[in-house]
Amino acid sequence: MTSHGIKDRVAIIGMGCTPFREHWEASGDDLMVDAVNDGLASAGVAKDDIDAWWLGTAQSGMSGVTLASPLKITGKPVTRVENYCATGSEALRQACYAVASGAYDMAAAVGMEKVKDSGYQGLNAFPIPNDGTQRTLTAAAMFSLVAPAYAERYGVEPEKLRRTLARIASKNHANGAKNPRAQFRREMDVDAICAMPAVAGMLSVFDCAGVADGAASAIVVRAEDAHRYTDKPIYVKALSFVAGDGSGLLDPEFDYTHFPECEWAAQDAYSQAGITDPRRELAMAEVHDCFTPTELVLMEDLGFSARGEAWKDCEDGVFDLGGELPVNTDGGLKSFGHPVGASGLRMLFECWLQLRREAPDDRQIETVERGLALSHNLGGYPGEMVSFVGIWGNEQG
Amino acid sequence: MPGTTSSDRRRGILAAAGYLPHWRLDRSSIAAVLGGNQGRGTRTVASYDEDPLTLGVAAARNALGSAPGAMPSALWFATTSPVYAEKTTAPIAAAALRLGADLLAGDAGPGLRGASAALRSALRSGDESVLVVAGDVRTGMSGSPEERDGGDAGAALLVGDESAGTLVAEHLGSASVTEEFLDRWKAPGELRMHAWEERFGQQRYADLAGRAWEAACKDAGVQPEQVTSVAITGPHARAGAKLAKGLSAAGVDVVDTLGSTVGFSGAAHGPLMLAHLVETASAGDVVALVSMADGADVFLFRVTGEGTPASAPVGSQLTAGDDSLSYAKYLQWRGVLPTQPPNRPEPARMSASAAARRSDWKYGFVGSRDRSSEAVHLPPARVSFVGGTVDDMEPVAMASTTARVVTFTVDSLAYSPSPPTVFAVCDFDGGGRLPIELTDVEPDDVSIGMPVEMTFRRIGTADGIANYFWKARPAVGGTS
Repeated sequence: MTSHGIKDRVAIIGMGCTPFREHWEASGDDLMVDAVNDGLASAGVAKDDIDAWWLGTAQSGMSGVTLASPLKITGKPVTRVENYCATGSEALRQACYAVASGAYDMAAAVGMEKVKDSGYQGLNAFPIPNDGTQRTLTAAAMFSLVAPAYAERYGVEPEKLRRTLARIASKNHANGAKNPRAQFRREMDVDAICAMPAVAGMLSVFDCAGVADGAASAIVVRAEDAHRYTDKPIYVKALSFVAGDGSGLLDPEFDYTHFPECEWAAQDAYSQAGITDPRRELAMAEVHDCFTPTELVLMEDLGFSARGEAWKDCEDGVFDLGGELPVNTDGGLKSFGHPVGASGLRMLFECWLQLRREAPDDRQIETVERGLALSHNLGGYPGEMVSFVGIWGNEQG
Repeated sequence: MPGTTSSDRRRGILAAAGYLPHWRLDRSSIAAVLGGNQGRGTRTVASYDEDPLTLGVAAARNALGSAPGAMPSALWFATTSPVYAEKTTAPIAAAALRLGADLLAGDAGPGLRGASAALRSALRSGDESVLVVAGDVRTGMSGSPEERDGGDAGAALLVGDESAGTLVAEHLGSASVTEEFLDRWKAPGELRMHAWEERFGQQRYADLAGRAWEAACKDAGVQPEQVTSVAITGPHARAGAKLAKGLSAAGVDVVDTLGSTVGFSGAAHGPLMLAHLVETASAGDVVALVSMADGADVFLFRVTGEGTPASAPVGSQLTAGDDSLSYAKYLQWRGVLPTQPPNRPEPARMSASAAARRSDWKYGFVGSRDRSSEAVHLPPARVSFVGGTVDDMEPVAMASTTARVVTFTVDSLAYSPSPPTVFAVCDFDGGGRLPIELTDVEPDDVSIGMPVEMTFRRIGTADGIANYFWKARPAVGGTS
């Protein structure tokens, strides 16, 4: 594969992110207007300065009109994209490439999802007509398949693994408790999480991401133009994306203890960014903790832990806010909920704050001098998923 | 040798099998809720994902396992509880059994006499072989005789000439008598069974059964004392008593009709009893079925002692199963006790055209195997996941292949007619993987490495469309 990347050719100069909530009073239009206005203000630019727009939304609207109409963006290219739960990151990826190509001077990526108007709990994909043989499991159950497979392969007692997973949730809740934009701001200890009834495999509701509405935005320009807008631009070091071929559902070789799509996306991103030891070179990572087993195996897929060792590293606090490599410092999907189109940009927003040393004192990471942050999304299910990895830096290389 | 065939060709049963669902309801659990005398023993209960068609298909798979390569030119499906009114259901069974397109697949019914009608027609047909399939889910109002005395079962008889295979039982003769009288009735879709005064029906049936018996013996050229065993079935337990008494006196073994283990399984019960008789008989025995259903039909066969017995005989299924089913869950499964569904969107209806394109997969459980890598693809694919070869696949039938659980989960949130959903990633012996729902299993009994087998089930219903596909269940061998 030839993947050249666009390291240090594009920079982010402004971002906006709404609180993630059950926004009963706000429409998807309202959330986009808020997120875009905050992003424009952050960059000190006007709506008309943006040459091209990308909107990521999985199910809250179709076509660029979804964004152009509420914001009254006139005579501009506005494109709606969708890539499962990596939809928000996909919008950013397109905006970055558009600027890097020279086609536009300034582009905006917007992500939005209005989940809470469905009348049902959880995320519910719209049905595509099919032959009636598709499985109808919840996402929680699909990801819960990882837990017994991991326990079996690495000889971890299921009760022990259950506590490790609860510790991941507890860590993210602790981080989210410090974040006013988070949906859930209550700390949860491991015993309380383990005491909850199981809803899917060994997972309780506290092993699952919340469900919230939200929107976020990012404005990108060529790296050489960035300092015209801000003293602290965030440079794009790597953008990688892999769509799985679904063979994990077919291939007996796939053992449900790792996500190859995420490994490949990470390898590509590290190659683009010139990273060889991510655990020590990265200051932090925002990863797609849709369910606790997901975050567990991602620590291995992203190269932060050796195979079979992530559960020990989680227990040892390696990924805690004050740990060796803080992960999900903003509280993650666990605390924020997962408005699909917005989540990728929400993760980037935390990297933006941390790398610019603008996070509140009580969650500003001590590792920031490393200068690099990673954000990761996945969408789909074990065996059949998409994965995005982005790497961001506060210095131009 | 008693009896002679009426023509030169020997015709009869090439394969016979029954299917009893995994779940059994102990009648004492009805009494525990409703009080009163609810009888003794158990009745069989179709799971929430079984219906008359799937019960029949399970029996037919069991039967056809003894007659590999059989391609009957007609398939009749009989039930009193049809899945559809307008749509014919037999083609679904034909698709699940992979009988090809060059046959008639029709419904013999609805009605209690459907299976007898189909059997008689098959025995007298010029077709080399005909498959008679019956399945019934016997439901009534809570506290009703149908609930207590009914049972759910499937049965299948492959009927044909000896040129089509090895006869396990040769048809000696048969007879039917019909008179119109009103005994039991139900409007389509009605839960309640209505019945006229019992003694009226009993006496009419007793008379009809006696007349049909005499006529059948005459047709077969058989004297009653030459008959080894007989099963007398019908909606009235007592209606056959007079005939039974006479036959017992003549030395005929009047067999138990499984009332205390299965219950009366409606349109399926006659063929079920016939399969059971054939399985338990010795070579040379003459066995008889007397079926009282809006008339009376009598069939006489001589068991050959040849052919391959069904891999899961009715007798072994009688002693298997799980009788821990609660009465409340039974009522929920049958829709007698309306139950709050999970607050999730209901599944969308299947697409008719998408299902038709994938009929072999959806109904036949046929995947594809890449000729170059031999990698099995479930569902079938055009491009191989090993090597990327395009359009170089051959069909591979997987319905009879066992598999093992790789990893599993129990989903309490997913929409299901009977939560929780038990789900496993399964690897098939000899290659192939499919993440698939499990059934006939308690969540706590699933483990990694557990062997499972495939079973054809009704996944759900949306917009009136019964959606069928396959599930996996703990391997018991050959019955589904």
